[in-house]
Amino acid sequence: MKRLLLALSLALPLLASAQQLTVSAAASLTDAFKELAPKFEATKPGATLRFNFAASGVLLQQIAQGAPVDVFASADQETMNRGAEQKLIAADTRRDFAANSLVLITPVQGSPAIAALADLGKPDVKRIAVGKVASVPVGRYTQQALEGAQLWAGLQPKLVFADNVRQVLDYVSRGEAEAGFVYRTDAELLKDKVRIAMTVGNHAPVTYPAAVVADSRQAALARDFVAFLGGAEAQAVLAKYGFGKP
Amino acid sequence: MTADLWSQFDAAPLALTLRVAVFATALALVLGVALGWVFARTRLPGRGVLEAVCMLPLVLPPTVLGYGVLVLMGRRSALGGWLREHFDYTVIFNWHGAVIASALVALPLVLKGASSAFAQVDRHLEAASRTLRQSRWSTFVRVTLPLAWPGILAGTLLAFARAMGEFGASLMVAGSIPGQTQTASMAIYDAVQAGRDDLALMLALVISAVSVAILVLSNRYLQRSPS
Repeated sequence: MKRLLLALSLALPLLASAQQLTVSAAASLTDAFKELAPKFEATKPGATLRFNFAASGVLLQQIAQGAPVDVFASADQETMNRGAEQKLIAADTRRDFAANSLVLITPVQGSPAIAALADLGKPDVKRIAVGKVASVPVGRYTQQALEGAQLWAGLQPKLVFADNVRQVLDYVSRGEAEAGFVYRTDAELLKDKVRIAMTVGNHAPVTYPAAVVADSRQAALARDFVAFLGGAEAQAVLAKYGFGKP
Repeated sequence: MTADLWSQFDAAPLALTLRVAVFATALALVLGVALGWVFARTRLPGRGVLEAVCMLPLVLPPTVLGYGVLVLMGRRSALGGWLREHFDYTVIFNWHGAVIASALVALPLVLKGASSAFAQVDRHLEAASRTLRQSRWSTFVRVTLPLAWPGILAGTLLAFARAMGEFGASLMVAGSIPGQTQTASMAIYDAVQAGRDDLALMLALVISAVSVAILVLSNRYLQRSPS
């Protein structure tokens, strides 16, 4: 009897919020999406948004394992392509809604002078924070740029791999890594602690696609949210945080 | 497929896990025995509070410990800055950091085992040793320590097992750098995140087998020891 009650009490929140939409979004979208939530909820009375922020690869993995997610917003096309290949997302709902750029950052306090990618090879640059290549999009953009500059292999011993872009930001802002690769929008959040040394090119364009998850039980509401992301109101918030148009 | 998986199996995370656990347990053993003796035998003022502080790692989330080490030993801290300036040394992103984090979580287990073992040692035997003109230190090494040893050893084995499984605090302090600071638990975490379930499962099986072997051996040893 006790067990039954416990099971019921655990299941209740699921029943009570029939209009709850779960959005799995790339870590770099954290602040912008939190600000978007009340604006979307205002247009859909009774609907509430629930966010799950992590590295895009991790989010896709959760969806593949059957996590109850309605909308997936990735920080790169490659992760979304993988989702489409595995039929985890409704491909016809896919839509790009934002763009970003890759930057090299250093701590404001006591960082070595870095003006070009080649400066990362200097001996006073001991640790360079990058996203994990297998699961974090910013790590893959970084790999593309450093491979293009013939530096990736040589810098390996200095690389510290982070779980998501915000962890890279954290490592650099604490000064534990002398340099790191994040998106411009992340660097702008901690202007007092990190300095943008340069904008990094030579990688696939950083664009953010969103799509309805194939197993979503709120498909209609999920479509509305994806459409909302492309609308003027959402675009204004994204622009405020420094995201570009796709 | 299985043969293919074995061929790409990397033993480095397991070797590092054992290395970290051995050093962390050694550190916890020395500190735990010393503190255990102090808590069991002395009337140090503020003992109760100090003991509670030492036991904290048992109940605190590993993230709090990791954050604590970052704050106390990170580059911006007094100690971390000094070490970096004078010795060009840092425990952050270094496997030594994982040793410190693991020793912290393992300390309460040795400490508790040691302090209750010391409390149970017959004081008359120590007194007898003193009447035979043995120094305090000699009495401690030749009488107290051997009598308390089974309790200390039991705590130490638990501490070793706990150190082997440490994840959260080590990850925050040492990071997950393949070949340098990536322990088995971190390698499993990475494999799951990357969708490499086959690799994660294999590592999980190997570390489970190693742990069972250690527990079986320690049980046998404990049964044989005269206690």
